[in-house]
Amino acid sequence: MALNIDIKQEQAKAQEHIKEQGLRVLVCAGTGCVANGSLKVIEKFRELGANVSTLTDYDKMTIVPTGCHGFCEQGVLVIIPDKHVTYVKVKESDVEEIFESHVKNNQPVERLLYTDPKTGEHVHKNDDINFYAKQTRTALKNCGKINAESIEEAISVRGYEALAKCIEENNPDGIIDTITKSGLRGRGGGGFPTGMKWKFTAANRGGKSYVVCNGDEGDPGAFMDRSVMEGDPHKLLEGMAIAGFAIGADEAYIYVRAEYPLAIKRLRKAIADAEEKNFLGKNIMGSDFSFTIHIKEGAGAFVCGEETALIASIEGERGMPRPKPPFPANKGLFGRPTLINNVETLANVPLIILNGAEWFASMGCETSKGTKTFALTGEVNNTGLIEVPMGTTLREIIFDIGGGIRGGKKFKAVQIGGPSGGCLTEEHLDISMDYDSLIKAGAMVGSGGLVVMAEDTCMVEVARFFMNFTKNESCGKCVPCREGTKNMLKILEKIVAGKGEMEDLDRLEQLALSVKDGSLCGLGKTAPNPVLSTLKYFKDEYIAHIRDHKCPAGVCTAMKKIVIDPEKCRGCTKCARTCPVGAIEGTVKNPHKIDPAKCIKCEACLNACPFKAISKE
Amino acid sequence: MSGTSTKLDFRVLDEILEQFEYKKSYLIAMLQKVQEVYRYLPEEAMTYIGEKIDGLSPATVYGVATFYAQFSLEPKGKYEIKVCDGTACHVRGSMPVLNAIRNKLNLKEGQTTCENGLFSLEIVSCLGACGLAPVCVINDKVYPQMTSDAISVILDTLLKEEGVN
Repeated sequence: MALNIDIKQEQAKAQEHIKEQGLRVLVCAGTGCVANGSLKVIEKFRELGANVSTLTDYDKMTIVPTGCHGFCEQGVLVIIPDKHVTYVKVKESDVEEIFESHVKNNQPVERLLYTDPKTGEHVHKNDDINFYAKQTRTALKNCGKINAESIEEAISVRGYEALAKCIEENNPDGIIDTITKSGLRGRGGGGFPTGMKWKFTAANRGGKSYVVCNGDEGDPGAFMDRSVMEGDPHKLLEGMAIAGFAIGADEAYIYVRAEYPLAIKRLRKAIADAEEKNFLGKNIMGSDFSFTIHIKEGAGAFVCGEETALIASIEGERGMPRPKPPFPANKGLFGRPTLINNVETLANVPLIILNGAEWFASMGCETSKGTKTFALTGEVNNTGLIEVPMGTTLREIIFDIGGGIRGGKKFKAVQIGGPSGGCLTEEHLDISMDYDSLIKAGAMVGSGGLVVMAEDTCMVEVARFFMNFTKNESCGKCVPCREGTKNMLKILEKIVAGKGEMEDLDRLEQLALSVKDGSLCGLGKTAPNPVLSTLKYFKDEYIAHIRDHKCPAGVCTAMKKIVIDPEKCRGCTKCARTCPVGAIEGTVKNPHKIDPAKCIKCEACLNACPFKAISKE
Repeated sequence: MSGTSTKLDFRVLDEILEQFEYKKSYLIAMLQKVQEVYRYLPEEAMTYIGEKIDGLSPATVYGVATFYAQFSLEPKGKYEIKVCDGTACHVRGSMPVLNAIRNKLNLKEGQTTCENGLFSLEIVSCLGACGLAPVCVINDKVYPQMTSDAISVILDTLLKEEGVN
C-alpha cells in the first residue's frame, strides 16, 4: 500500500533535531529514580542549564528525562553519553558539582562514579559497569536512552519504521511467518509460540476482532513490563499496531495495573502523540489500515493476568476466568476473536520486523529464542531490571550481573516466577534459564521475577507468604483453589507458629496436588508450586520447625528469643529507650534484661545496641 | 457505618455516567472515578449506577466493587498509606515497617482507618519498585528503602503538619 509519509525522512528530521539539542544529559525518571528524587535533579540541571554561554564544545545543554535504566539500586542515575559517563546515586545537591566540573570543565566527578564492589575501582562508562556489561538489551534498548514522553525521540531510533514497512509491503501472512520463524514465545509466563497464536487469530479475519495487550503485571517482584511502558511506550504501541495489521484487527486495548500510574500517564500521551502523527487512528500513514488503542486501568486483582479473566475485566465484570475452549483467538473480547499478548512480547515485534527472524533466532538457545528481561531483586547487591539472552545461567545473573549476595551472606535460593513459580537452589546455579529447562527443574520463567534469598531467609515462611498471597487473590470460582489455598495457609501458619505436626507435611502435599488438579485457571494450577518446591528442596527446614521447634534462619517470631549478653552489655540504656513495648529493664551501667512475655521480637533493640550485646536465638 | 449517611450529589454521578456514555463495559472506570471523588464507594452511588445503566443491577455493581482490591466500601483516610508486601519488600523487611506504622497510629490488626480519619493503612502486593525495597506509598508519593525508624519520622512530620501530637 502506498504511504503518504516517508518514515526515513521523518527519522532524519528527528535525528537532526536531537543534534540541535547540544549536550544531552539523560536523567532517569522511572518510578524508582523519581522516588529517589530525580525530578529535583532534573529541575536543578535545567535551572543551571538555562544560561550556558560558558559551555565548551556545545552551545546548548538539554536535560532528557528518560525511562528506567534498570539499575534502580543506584538511583538517581545521570548519564552524559557524549562524555561517556554514568553517575550514580546523584542527589539534588550534587548537580552543581557535575555541572561546574564535568559539563563545563571536562573534569569527571570521581566520587559520583559507580564503584565496582569487587575491585573497588571507579567505573566511568555505562557499558563497563558489570551490571550492564553482561546484558544484551534489545527490548529494553531504548529504555533510559530516550525521552519517553517524546515521539520525536522514538522516531529518531527507528520508531514506527517497522509499522511503515509492514503496511507498505502489505503482506499480513508474511509478518506472521516472520514472527513464527523468529521463535518468539510469550513473555508473560506461558511461553506459547507467539506466531502460532497470531495464526489462530488471523484464521478469523474478516469480521471485527481485537488485539489486547496484557500489562497486568501482578507477580510480586516483577516490574519489567512497567519499565517498558514507562520507558519506551511507542515500541509497545508499534508492536500492537503490527499485530493488528497482521491479524486484521482495527481496535485494541492495553490493560494496565492501576498500581502503575506513571505507565498509564505515559501511554496516554504516547497514544495521543501517535494519533496526531497519524501513526495510529484512522487510515494510518494514508493507507486503508486503521487502528485505535484504548487504555483500561485494572483495579487490583492478580487473577486478571489470566487471559479470560482479563477479558471479563475489560468488559466491566468481575475478573473471573472461564473454561477454554473456546480460546480467545476464536471467541474473546465482546465475543469476538482476540489476540492477547504480553507487553514484552509485543515490544519485541518491531525489532524482529526490522532486523529479521534470523537475527532474533540467533540469540538464546535451542528451544527458547531471543532475550528475556528479569527483575532481579531481594538479597543481591545489584538489584534492578536486566535483559539477557535466553539460556544464560543463574550463576551469571546472580553473581556477575547481580554482583553476588548482599553483606557477604551465603546464597540460599532464588524464587523465580512469583507465586506461580518455584525455588531454585545452589544445585541449580548452572541451569540454563529457558522455558523448558526451568519447567524440568520444577520452576518456570513466569513473568521473570527473580527474588534472591540468603541464608537468613526462612523457606517455610516464604511458602506461607506466597500461600497468603494466592489465598487472597483466588477468585473463588473453583472450590479446590478457594478452600485448598485457605487450608494450606492454615497448616503453614501452624508450622511457622511452632505448632506443626509431622503429619502436616503429608497433608500439605496432598492438598497441593488436589488444588493443582482441580482448578480451572493458571492461578489455581500453579498456586501450590511454592509449597511443593520448598518441600522438595528444604524439607529439613520444615522438620526443624516441627520437631525441634527451631527456625534455622532465625526468622519465625514464635520460635525466636531475643537475649542480651550480660558480659557484653554496658548498661547504656539505648535498647530500653528504643523498645516500642517497654520490655527491657535495667539501670544505667548495669546489664539490661528482656522480659520475654512482653517482647514482640521486633529486633529494634538488636539494631540499636552499639556493643552488639543483643542477639537472637 | 460512619460516613455513609451523607447525602450524595447525584449530579456528580450523572456527570461521571455521562462521561462514560452509560456503557456497562466502563463500570470499573466509573467506580474508579466515584472513588476518586468520595475516597470510597458510597452505597447509594453503587445503587444509583446499578439502576441507571442498562444491563446492570445494584447487585452486579456491588459484586464488581467487592471483587477488586482497589475499591473501598469505607471512607479512606486523608493520607492513604500503602505498605508494599511484594516478595522483594517482604524479604527485605516490610513487616517491621508495617508494625511500626500500626504502633505509631494505634491501629490494631485488621483496622484500616485511624479513629480521627487522618490515616488509612493498606497492605499491597508489589508496586513494581522492587529495586528500592521495602517501599511505602503515601498518597502517590513513593518512599524508598524504608525502615521502622524512617517511617516513624515521616509520620511524625505529617502528624505535626496536621497539628496532632
